[in-house]
Amino acid sequence: MTIPQSPPAVPAPLLQVDGVTLSFGGVHALSGVGFEVQPGSITAVIGPNGAGKTSLFNTISGFYRPNAGSIRFQGQDITRLPAPRRARLGLGRSFQNIALFRGMTVLDNIKLGRHAHLKTNVFDALLYVGRARREEAELRRDIEERIIDFLEIDHIRHAPVAALPYGLQKRVEMARALAMQPQILMLDEPVAGMNREETEDMARFILDVRAEWGVTVLMVEHDMGLVMDLSDHVVVLNFGQVIAQGTPAVVQADPEVNRAYLGSGDVGELRRKLRAAATPQGAQ
Amino acid sequence: MDWAYLFEISLTGLASGGLYALAALAFVMVYKATRVVNIAIGEMLMAGAYLFFTFSAMWALPLWLAIPAAVLASGVLGAVIERTVIRPLLGEPPISVFMVTVGLGSVLVGLVEILWSADQRRLPDFMPTSPIMVGDAFLAPKVFWGAVVAALFIAAVLLLFRYWRGGVALRATASDQAAAYSVGINVPRVFSLAWVASAMLAAVSGIIVGSIGGISSSMGVFGLSVLVVVIVGGLDSVLGALIGGLLIGVVEALAGAFLGGEYKLLATFLVLVAILMVRPYGLFGTHEIERL
Repeated sequence: MTIPQSPPAVPAPLLQVDGVTLSFGGVHALSGVGFEVQPGSITAVIGPNGAGKTSLFNTISGFYRPNAGSIRFQGQDITRLPAPRRARLGLGRSFQNIALFRGMTVLDNIKLGRHAHLKTNVFDALLYVGRARREEAELRRDIEERIIDFLEIDHIRHAPVAALPYGLQKRVEMARALAMQPQILMLDEPVAGMNREETEDMARFILDVRAEWGVTVLMVEHDMGLVMDLSDHVVVLNFGQVIAQGTPAVVQADPEVNRAYLGSGDVGELRRKLRAAATPQGAQ
Repeated sequence: MDWAYLFEISLTGLASGGLYALAALAFVMVYKATRVVNIAIGEMLMAGAYLFFTFSAMWALPLWLAIPAAVLASGVLGAVIERTVIRPLLGEPPISVFMVTVGLGSVLVGLVEILWSADQRRLPDFMPTSPIMVGDAFLAPKVFWGAVVAALFIAAVLLLFRYWRGGVALRATASDQAAAYSVGINVPRVFSLAWVASAMLAAVSGIIVGSIGGISSSMGVFGLSVLVVVIVGGLDSVLGALIGGLLIGVVEALAGAFLGGEYKLLATFLVLVAILMVRPYGLFGTHEIERL
């Protein structure tokens, strides 16, 4: 049921999700989910609450193992790789409910994004010489000059993250993900709970991340305005299945998508859909 | 009141408090990273002391070799314990893991009695023996040098926490596991690391404690005071471990000098009860309810 994606000579996809099925006990969170993320694109996953968007994110970043299907990143099969390995390959992510290292400062949080790339050993660290000092200095420069300036969080760099307002915490999380020098930046509801101004800031950051860093963006978001404005490709999930995907225009015009969001009013159909979602099947 | 005597006793208390602080640090490291309450901390200390005894007294290795060997062997022991006993219980209720560490303590005592018998033994003397005078106060040289070594190790651990990648990973994992995974930290390996480092620190304290008071299969009771220290300080607080260690050291010394040795434990437990009534999370612990 994939809607053909036509542009000629498409480059090899950065991320390929194919037939991913995930169930918790008898509940199918995802069934046969498949889509691709093109390099340099902004791809959005949308869908009603409980459609499986966050489950999909957690499967891609390695927190959940799918029961079936595969995930390929830059052509490499990463379905069985543990989460930290995937992070090192270049999957950076943020969390819906913000997962920052509370009790540390903004700068420390962001620096931890680079953690996996550092090589300092015990003795360097004990004496704080050689590699430890050099790496720390390089890291500082890069993070301070690029990421902190870019995300306009200079004024709070030494503040403990726990004390920051929600919108800024989201921004720090994004900064930490950027510090990982990711190939793909996965944002789980980047503007949830933000006011209009904060949302516009975040939209600008997302566009600039792609423009300046060339980072591909994959996001889960409820704000339809934001999704339709920014995305090149939209994937619609409902009851753990992809019900439509394509450009924002294509998706908006899809009757199935409208039904999923507005409800069809037909109880019989809803029941059929629930049943279809509950039985394991190929979906395609 | 004899102020000079009080000063001397307090000084001794502070010095032995340094040892409590070191052992408490070993406990806090595991608790912070893995949320495991390791009741067997005293027995791990004992294991370290017996390993040192084996290398130095039985195999007659020189000190510069015997001490690192004992510490390293304890690190291996910590890794083995983590992999075989603790890791399989990942995700089980805290009370199960807690009970397993209680059992682990008994197993270690049993092993020591099988391998080395239950007799009290002396560790070879390796610390300078000239008496230490602070002003007019006399300090037993072993206690003094023990405190110096403990202070050095504590400083090293604090530096490593701050600058070493593994230390930073440990702090990050303690703070938020999901976030730690997402930035590429190998969380299970951090768990191993915490156990290894904890076992090595416990070994260092065990060697010092053993060379001050001798070793026996019941020296694990030292762990009882360590537990008091960490509960007073707050289970997950490094600062709490340090201050709690010094506090309990002084309380024990004062109680021992003015009330008699049999009141030492009573006094520390009274302090424990008093502090828990005012601050249920310990002096510096994170405010959250921990059900055991």
